[in-house]
Amino acid sequence: MAEKKRRRRDSAMDEIADYAIYLDDVSKTFSDGVPALSNINLKVKQGEFVFIVGVSGAGKSTLIKLLLRELKADSGTIFVNGFNLMTIKHGRIPKFRRTLGVVFQDFRLLKDRNVYENVAFAQRIAQKSEREIRTNVPSMLSLVGLAGKYKAKPKQLAGGEQQRVAIARALVNQPKLLLADEPTGNLDLYNTQEIMRLLETINENGTTVVVVTHNEKLVNEMKKRVVTIRQGMIVSDAENGGYFDED
Amino acid sequence: MKIRTFFYTIEQGILGIFKNKWFAFVTVATISACLFVFGIFYAIAFNVWNIVQNAEQNVSITVFFDEGITDERIDEIGDMIGRRSEVARYELVTAEEAWEKFSVQLGEYADGFTENPLENCANYQIYLGDVSKQSELVNYLEGVDGVRKINKSDFTADTLSGINMVLIYVFIGIILILFAVSIFLISNTVTMGISVRKEEITIMKYVGATDFFVRAPFVFEGMILGLIGAAIPMGLLYYLYEIVTDLITEKFAFLSFLTFMPAFEIFTYLIPFSLVLGVGIGFVGSFFTVRKHLKV
Repeated sequence: MAEKKRRRRDSAMDEIADYAIYLDDVSKTFSDGVPALSNINLKVKQGEFVFIVGVSGAGKSTLIKLLLRELKADSGTIFVNGFNLMTIKHGRIPKFRRTLGVVFQDFRLLKDRNVYENVAFAQRIAQKSEREIRTNVPSMLSLVGLAGKYKAKPKQLAGGEQQRVAIARALVNQPKLLLADEPTGNLDLYNTQEIMRLLETINENGTTVVVVTHNEKLVNEMKKRVVTIRQGMIVSDAENGGYFDED
Repeated sequence: MKIRTFFYTIEQGILGIFKNKWFAFVTVATISACLFVFGIFYAIAFNVWNIVQNAEQNVSITVFFDEGITDERIDEIGDMIGRRSEVARYELVTAEEAWEKFSVQLGEYADGFTENPLENCANYQIYLGDVSKQSELVNYLEGVDGVRKINKSDFTADTLSGINMVLIYVFIGIILILFAVSIFLISNTVTMGISVRKEEITIMKYVGATDFFVRAPFVFEGMILGLIGAAIPMGLLYYLYEIVTDLITEKFAFLSFLTFMPAFEIFTYLIPFSLVLGVGIGFVGSFFTVRKHLKV
């Protein structure tokens, strides 16, 4: 009996291990009683590129917060990069987050540090040696096209460049999963296309990429998997699909 | 903690001070102001307490013996007195010494006496370590064989004892109030300074920093600021204490009854206490303020 149970659990874990993100029947209600997400089922395989779309207030940000374990779901199952976010202890959250790369709309760079230091910072947190940092940071800055601006402070950079620094910081620890929350929200068309091209390259190199956006044009052009959220529920999940919203 | 994390913490803590000069200045100024007031009060309190202690030590009780008592018994009584814990010191005044002292006061009238009129007035002068224990000692001595009479001043002893107690309560009360006000002011300053850097803390947490990694530089920074904030007023107070006590002693002769404690006696405890307090306030203030922002 116990052996059977163990086998069933191992097989379930094997299944979960195939996914970068595994959400099963996840719900979250805010303290004021307003439901933010209801019965979400979402599975993202390793190496996928997925858009999560929806209008403001649909629940996209709450979903990102659950995936970052900034919030804890009320019910359901959440595994991200193999970490069970429903049972993870507070002390293990930093280790979990180091398996992720996160990019935000407002870049969230350390303003008092230059480009090099912003990227190196993520490596220091991961306890990399100075030698590794001196190798990894320039190579990552080359990848995002900012090798020549390593001494610049964030305020000396254009919006697109700041987002590249944020992407370099997100990728420097070679995460398995990159979460991008409205990464082009503050950028013009040219920079938007550049950043999306960069994310595509990163995905082609094996990193799972999840982009949260409400940019319909961008989603339609990319022809990737699109998950649409409305009023806290997934209303559509389509491969090569366009932006789905009846409103 | 890895060695590179240790050095990173030190480096970031020191850099944090220079990057946030205004916050550092306000924090150091607040801690300095609080500990300066605290130090002044501490110095005054200890001097007042010292004066009362000195006054207490000059309060004595006098023990007279039965007529015809032997020298051996007087010595035995002396030993019994010396064994009492409340006795600071005691001395035997023989009948001859007593008359010698008194005859000086009588002047030429003393010549009219052919015999020692204080023949039965040999006594022990007893000085107490704590005047509040006077009645306890008197009760004991009254039961000692060979003791005829005990002279004492209940009023002086009770007054000094009362002053002593009031001073202790007042000092403790004021020190606690000053301490609480200092903690409140300083933690508010530290809170404001760190809240400005909330975004920095949030970013660190998103990138995967542990609570320790985020907190350590802030706490180190807080401790450095606390140390500087304590060292400045202590240096200043040490310098001022000597100037002020010299000035009072030299310029105000009518205050000659005031005997100030030497600076080193006051500051032997005040300096380490203030430095530990400053560092402690810096530590506690930054530790708890950062904790509020770690829930990301």
